This record gives sequence, structure tokens and C-alpha cells, in this order.
Amino acid sequence: MPETEEEVKSIVALCQNHGVPIVPFGAGTSLEGHILSSSTGVTLSLEKMDSILSVNPEDLTCTVQPGVHRLALNESLGRDGLFFPVDPGADATIGGMCATNCSGTSAVRYGVMRTNVLALNVVTPQGELIKVGSGAFKNSAGYSLKDLYVGSEGTLGVITSATLRLQPLPSHVSAGVCAFPDLPSACEAVLSVLHHSIPCVKIEVLDSSSIIAFNQYNKSQANLPDQPHLFIELSDPTEEGLRSQESLVKDILSFSSRTTPSFSTDPASIKSLWAARHSTYYASCSLRPNSKGLVTDVCVPISQLSTLMSETVNDVEAAGVVGPCFGHAGDGNFHCILPLLPNDPQEYVEKVSAVNKRLVERAIEMGGTCTGEHGVGTGKMGYLEKQYGAGAVHVMKAIKGALDPSNIMNPGKILLGD
Amino acid sequence: MRVLVGVKRVVDYAVKVRVAADKKAVDLANVKMSMNPFCEIAVEEAVRLKEAKKATEVIAVSIGPKASAETLRTALAMGADRGIHITTDLRTDQELGSLSVAKILAKVAEEESPDAIILGKQSIDGDFGCTGSMLASLMDVPQCTFAAKIDFDASTVERETDTGTEIVKFPGLPAVFTADLRLNEPRYATLPNIMKAKKKKIDAKSIEDLGVELSEGNEVLEVFEPPPREAGILVEDVDGLVDKLKNEASVI
Repeated sequence: MPETEEEVKSIVALCQNHGVPIVPFGAGTSLEGHILSSSTGVTLSLEKMDSILSVNPEDLTCTVQPGVHRLALNESLGRDGLFFPVDPGADATIGGMCATNCSGTSAVRYGVMRTNVLALNVVTPQGELIKVGSGAFKNSAGYSLKDLYVGSEGTLGVITSATLRLQPLPSHVSAGVCAFPDLPSACEAVLSVLHHSIPCVKIEVLDSSSIIAFNQYNKSQANLPDQPHLFIELSDPTEEGLRSQESLVKDILSFSSRTTPSFSTDPASIKSLWAARHSTYYASCSLRPNSKGLVTDVCVPISQLSTLMSETVNDVEAAGVVGPCFGHAGDGNFHCILPLLPNDPQEYVEKVSAVNKRLVERAIEMGGTCTGEHGVGTGKMGYLEKQYGAGAVHVMKAIKGALDPSNIMNPGKILLGD
Repeated sequence: MRVLVGVKRVVDYAVKVRVAADKKAVDLANVKMSMNPFCEIAVEEAVRLKEAKKATEVIAVSIGPKASAETLRTALAMGADRGIHITTDLRTDQELGSLSVAKILAKVAEEESPDAIILGKQSIDGDFGCTGSMLASLMDVPQCTFAAKIDFDASTVERETDTGTEIVKFPGLPAVFTADLRLNEPRYATLPNIMKAKKKKIDAKSIEDLGVELSEGNEVLEVFEPPPREAGILVEDVDGLVDKLKNEASVI
């Protein structure tokens, strides 16, 4: 549990000399088996490196150690009227968020980690410290190593500091929900909103099954009708601007939904709406009490989301499994949660696994990706070649081989061994 | 209605404080300082009153070193109209006692004639929780402490007690209120408001300029950390547990 960059360097160098694998660890909220070790080795926890090194409100940047938790960072930044917009729901650490190219509900407006990480300090598998990226918002100097390390899932080095791009806290925010007769009309409304250039902060779709789970789990909230829904958040620097965004969105949504969404500017109800949305994993699992959910994650070109989601919902139903579907409609990215009980018969487990497999294959066939957000870890290793072809995977292996020839950094992740 | 709000610059609640080498105080060198959380709640309440058009002016007052002006700027960014900074180099976490603070605030109140004074229920460095009550006493006005809800129309306050809450009615204004945790959730000031706050007025004067004679404070003999927690022990069986609870912990 190092407390300084020097300690990280020493530990990595020591492990390199003895051929000991290293698995870097933040908060452990990753979802594709990133932190599971398939062999012997050490877990390198960054939890003690939890300081905010500097905040630069005028630059809209801050530099933090990797063990800083997202929620603690935002609490601190709030005092300066700033926030870090990447919101995966979980209280992940910044280092982990960098390593997985984390994303979330606000990606549609603010982008993913790659967009919001400006620079990193990385300890290489040889125990050397390198600095990548730049504190400037734009940088074209050389190969973008920063973009290589972001999303490298601990397989290329240990992140020991990150410079992040911040946003000012929005002055005027409102959020609303809207029910739709079916999933296609909800997805069609999303496309329309995007085509009108409305800069939604968040636009999420939830199928009927997730709404039922949602209602059951969040009993204190208003009961939503058992139909697909969109949850939307808008923000604007001025009140008039916000009103006109709301008005336009209402017109667009009511065209597809035959009902008019209502918006609220009350901070408490906006907060609880998104807290409830973020608890959809738990809500889904509550449909089968004491279960753990298999979390799926795919992303396709936005016009394909409607077809993809509908086919998946039908597949889930045909397979006779529980599988609420919901997601970041504005990115073409959605998740199907498939709750599993420890004593489920093998047949059920196989059905669930098959639903996921078909979902991923469908997404790849549509020109999408086997993972929009959660990364490869171990869970998606089998799909890289199908998605990219042998050529690109070969290049990835060459990079890994060049940077970590002894394969001590989080072995057994992302790339299938030869 | 004019509202006066007290704000104090304290060690940030998230900081792990360390005892100074001379064991006479907490080490404040390079430590992050912020507005006392209960003062934030007090400011929020005052600003909400202004937004509801129940208050016409919100004045923030702080007693402390030069850097207390930053705390006042935060209050201004949250929506206070102007600030009053009573400067002192005395340590506000232990040298300036509650009665002295109350005397200073009473003098400020004399000059500003507020209808309502809202303070935090206590500061997180001293934790005395006395200032509000002492201030009301000096001013000879009603006090409604540990407020969870204030209704200015009905002149009632729902206040926290050890067993729940109780509703008290106050005879009228002016009065002193101290804010408890559930009164509201304070806002984060937005960047544009933080910028605007730089232009709002802060009047600074020293305790001597104010003409207040301070009361003698407490003398701090020693500051020390509590003894470290002892590790837990594993018991062999239920009999062992019962034995320890009875004979060692003396709880049964």
C-alpha cells in the first residue's frame, strides 16, 4: 500500500526483478474481472495515495493522486464551484477510472475519461516514472501516450497521478421523466433530441422491466407507469436558456410519447432521481432476491440502439430469464442486468450466458463494440479479435510486448495469451 | 427583514488533524480551512429567506485572521449581500472564547440592527455550542437553538432534542437562531457567483476598533490525541463471550 510515487517505483522495480505479477487496485468497483488474479502476485492498492494535489479553478483543472475517490473529489471541488463530470454511479477512485476509461450518465454532454484526463504520471513495468499528456486542453505532441494508458486496465503501468479537466457547477439544472408506449418510440425520441442539437447533460432509457424493478426498489419515489421511460437532465447558464431547452424537449418527446414530460428544478428531487437510476443494478437484482447480476455492456451507432435493445428484450423474454435493460441512450450504450442466484440450475446460467453472448455478437455485427464502458478485463477477452480482426489485436499485443515484456502488469487481462 | 449570519473559518471537516509539537494546540500549518459546516447551513437558510422574499438583506460576519475574508467570500458567493470582517490574530479555535465572540457579535448587531441572527449551532473546532445562547442573552432577545426548521410566519421553530424534536414558539423578532444539521442542505456556489462575490463589499475592522472588551477565555493546558483503539480479541465460544462481557467489560 504505497504512499508515494517513489514507493510505487520501488515496489514495481522489485516485482520486475523477481518476476512477480502486479494487479493495481483502486476501489474495486470494476465489472469485468479486472482485479481478479489468475496467478500468484501482489495487489498494489493505491488507497493511501488519496490526496488532492492541486486545484486550479481558473484553469478548470486539478491534479490528484490515484486513490482519491470520485465523491470526495467532487465534495472538495464543490467549494470552488467546480465538479468532475464523469459519473459512473459507483464511488470509484480516479486511478481506477483512468485505467478503465470510465464513463457514465453524463458522457453524452461531457465525454468519457479520455476526454477529461489531460495528463498522467505513470510508473512503467520497469519501475520508471514517466509523464504523459499535458495540462493544456489540447496537445498534439507525439504519440498520445495519455490515451494509451487511459483504458489500459492496469496492463501497461501504474498510474500515480492524474490531471483532470473540470467543469463549473451548472447554474440552472432541471430533470424530467417521460413514459413511452414502447421502446422504439423512446429510442426514436432520443435520436430526435440529439438531432436537434439539444445539449442534454444526461439522457437515459429504461425498459418496462427496469421500470418495474425501479418502482419496486424505490418505493418512496413516485410510482412510474410500467412502460419504457426516458430520464433526462438539462442545464443552461441562464434560466431563460433552460426554459427554452425544456420547451423544445417537451415538444420533441410528446411527439413520440403522446404524453408530456414534466421537469423539475428542485435539487433534492433531481438528486434522488439520479440516485434511483444509479441503483438500477440493485433494483434489477431485487427482482430475484439475494441474486448477483451479470452486468452486460455494449455500444452501437446511435441509430442502431432501438433495434439492438428491442432484439435483446425479445431474446431475454424468449429465453425466459430476468433481464432488465437500460442505458445511456444518447451514446448508443446500454446494459442488460441478468440476476443470478447461487443455486440457479445450470440450464438457467447457460441461458443467461447465451443471452449475453448473442447481445455482444449483435452489437459487433451492427458496427458497435463489445464494451462501451466497462472494459475488457477477462469478461470480453474472447471478443476482441471478432470486433477488430487479427491485425489490430496483433498491434495491441506488440505494444504490450514492447512495454511489458515480462508480462507482470495485470496478466491475463484484455489480450488472450498465445 | 434583515438577517445577520455568523460564519467561522475552521479546519476542514475532512482533515485529519495533528497535535502541535508543544502540545498546546492543533497544528494548523498548511492545513485546509473551510467554512464551519453549521455556518454553511446558517448562510443557506438566510439566502433561502432572501430568495423567498422574506429577507431584504443578508449580512455575513466573521471574526478571525486575514484569511477569514475568504470565508466571507464563500458566504457572499452563496448569496449574502455584504460582509463584515472583525479582524484578530487570536486563535479562534481556542484563544477567543465563546463569550468574547458573543460580545463581538452583539456589538455588530447593535450597529446593524438585524431582525434575525442565524448562527451555526457549534463550530467543529471548539465544539462549545455556547455562542448563540450567550449572544441572545447579551442582547436580551429570544433564542431558538438546534433549529431543524424555522417558520418566520408562524414564529415557530422545530428544534432537535435528544429524543426527537419539539416545536417552540418565539415571541417575535429580533431573535437568535442556531442551525442544526437538518435545517437545510447548503448549496455549492457556482463559478459565476464566486466571480460576482469578489465585487461584493466586505468591511473590515479590528476588535479594538469595534470597541469590545474581551472576556478572559479558557486556558488550554494540554492538547493530546485520544489513546489508540485497542485491537479486538477473538473469543472461543459463547461462554467465553459471556465471561468477558460480565467480568471484563462489566456490561452484564
